[in-house]
Amino acid sequence: MSVPLKLSELAPGASGRVKDFPKTGSTFLRLREMGLLPGTTITFVRAAPLGDPLEFKLRGYHLTLRCEEAAQITVEA
Amino acid sequence: MNLPPHIVSPGKKRPAHGDRTPVYALVGNPNCGKSTLFNALTGLKQKVGNYPGVTVEKRIGETYSQHGKPIKLIDLPGAYSLAARSPDEAVTRDVLLGRRADTPQPDRILCIVDATNLERNLYLVHQILDLGRPVILVLNMMDLAKKAGLHVRVTRLEQELGIPIIACEAVNGRGLVELKLAMSRADLPLARHRWDVPVAVAPAVAELQASLTDSDARSPLVARAEALLLLTDFDTVRVAGSTPLSWRTTGILETWQKRWDGEGTDWAGSLVNSRYEAINRLCTGLVQQDGTAGPSTSDRIDAVVVHPLWGWLVLGSVMTALFLSIFTFAEIPMNWIAAHVALLATWMKGAMAPGDLRDLLADGAIAGVGSVLVFLPQILILFFFVGLLESTGYMARAAFIMDRLMSRVGLNGKSFIPLLSSYACAIPGIMATRTIEDPKDRLVTILVAPLMSCSARLPVYLVLIAALLPGDAVPMLTEVGIMLLMYALGTLGAFGFAWLFKRTLLKGAPPMMILELPPYRLPRLRDVVLQMLERASLFLKRAGTIILGISIVLWFLTTYPKHPDPAATATQQIAHSFAGRAGHLLEPTIKPLGFDWRIGIGLITSFAAREVFVSSMGVVFGVEESNEKNTTPLREALRKAAWPDGAPVFTALVCLTLMIYYVFAMQCMSTVAVVKRETNTWRWPLFQIAYMTGSAWLVCFVVYQTGRALGY
Repeated sequence: MSVPLKLSELAPGASGRVKDFPKTGSTFLRLREMGLLPGTTITFVRAAPLGDPLEFKLRGYHLTLRCEEAAQITVEA
Repeated sequence: MNLPPHIVSPGKKRPAHGDRTPVYALVGNPNCGKSTLFNALTGLKQKVGNYPGVTVEKRIGETYSQHGKPIKLIDLPGAYSLAARSPDEAVTRDVLLGRRADTPQPDRILCIVDATNLERNLYLVHQILDLGRPVILVLNMMDLAKKAGLHVRVTRLEQELGIPIIACEAVNGRGLVELKLAMSRADLPLARHRWDVPVAVAPAVAELQASLTDSDARSPLVARAEALLLLTDFDTVRVAGSTPLSWRTTGILETWQKRWDGEGTDWAGSLVNSRYEAINRLCTGLVQQDGTAGPSTSDRIDAVVVHPLWGWLVLGSVMTALFLSIFTFAEIPMNWIAAHVALLATWMKGAMAPGDLRDLLADGAIAGVGSVLVFLPQILILFFFVGLLESTGYMARAAFIMDRLMSRVGLNGKSFIPLLSSYACAIPGIMATRTIEDPKDRLVTILVAPLMSCSARLPVYLVLIAALLPGDAVPMLTEVGIMLLMYALGTLGAFGFAWLFKRTLLKGAPPMMILELPPYRLPRLRDVVLQMLERASLFLKRAGTIILGISIVLWFLTTYPKHPDPAATATQQIAHSFAGRAGHLLEPTIKPLGFDWRIGIGLITSFAAREVFVSSMGVVFGVEESNEKNTTPLREALRKAAWPDGAPVFTALVCLTLMIYYVFAMQCMSTVAVVKRETNTWRWPLFQIAYMTGSAWLVCFVVYQTGRALGY
């Protein structure tokens, strides 16, 4: 078992399993609909040249999230 | 013939829709290759319009079945889910649910999914299967899947779902024949589609379904599907043209939502989870991954394209290439159009008897519309580039790179390309805002786009710079310097106003920046050219009448009342006309900016398009043959122009102020026309004219009065 950390804190290239995220808000509902669910494996690919947003890979596709949103999602390595 | 057991044999067929042309809807996630497939199926037999009341493109095409019977195809906007988050997705949802009176509810549905990314794509399919309509599932991008080492067991999926599944590569036409065959079948099976609606939500689904069948005239299956959607979609996006729900249904929905919120039930989330559970069951053993695939081509390209250093270089080079090609390739056709418009006007003058009608046609209609038509080559090239950036996948990367900067003023990365395009011309820029899902972000981008200095301002800047500086040859460095100052001022203005609008007028929910970075694809020239032509014709069709109308009004203002002396020169005539009088009337308001009534005339006439200012000044100051190429005579005339007390009008300070006026003021009827069409109301274009002209006046007032106080 490892300590849960924020999605925004993953090192580039590192993967984690989604643990928890806010239940409300249209952004997070849409993220769920796009397959970001508890238990989903997600990989941090890279940050944009200016550090924000962040690029992730999950279920075979690439998605970008702003740091602000990524910080609200917890993952475990 | 050996048909799989689930396919109803042709012998037992029952005509599904009699003699009526069957209507197919194409549905799929963004970037799944839907448009390419639509183009491949319909060829040039397609019409592009708008859904009434919303600025979402409506694409309808026609194809033929194997038996030569026509089939109607509706290409619905790309959507990740039927729980709509943008106007585009709302239209897709409403058409599928039969909520739009302007579009027939499709008889059958073609679901297109990206085979490399099956689970997420199947989410939408899962929602659509609920509708109880015959569905054909197209697994597109099988070539890319193979390259990524993915083996999709198509037959197995077909057995699981019980509907025809076509493996397809829309880019090279593979699988199209099989698809056509499936589409031609008189009877398509319904999906064997069962999934467990979460227990907590089930009673609400039943109650809503009953209400939707009784009070909203839905068929039971559609009612159930809609009930499930209503329970996922708590913050509904509504668009014009969509039939509202009955009060009974709304009431039931609100009661349940309130109850669950009180209990802390995660109702929307549990529905999404159940769907994904069903999809996971479906996908187990469906896709096989060959070995460990290394980084894909896309990954390797991205390592450079969004690299902290190379990324900027790539972005800079792409943008430089864009602007270089606009200014080099557009020049020849622009001159050609200008020459032919002039030729047509001359011919008209020779062919018709002198009179007002002749002048109306030649000087009003032809010259006015011509002043917009000259920009068509630029607009086409921009549309082409925007299409190219979209279809390769670079557009999303540019948005990714620029998001941080754009977020400083409350916008997101998707506003970057539209605003950048506006440096060439605001029209394609404004039309490119359609990729911005958030309606408020889109509106703010539309409102500030015309502040970016477009190419029509160039001739105005050039003439004024020439008039501003003493001597004949303008030092290159000074010219460039002043020019850059104007561009910087416009850019600053655009971002400043975006910041202001996002904080006041169009304050929205916290921005959502969920952006998919699709794999890079080689663009298909045919698709890009087709899209370019569609957009250009949309612009001409939509803006044409407004542009023609304003041209005629402007012509009328400069032609009437007629000068009493029939031998009056053009200069005397314009001074005598309504425009001339309006210039005098305007003088008290523009005098604080250092402008006299003759400049006032120029401000009025150049509402057609900014570059008209140059020719207007030519007429007002009686300069024959003034044009953009040879500004010397006009420059001399401007330098001689004087106030009644003999003081020169065009001092350096006035020239500078006038340039600043053109940076800010909304002097372009085509933009007004496009904004009217894109926002579906006169409110926003009128607001735009008011705020831009208002800020132009204010900035000019400050600059001129400060300049005066400093002794210039």
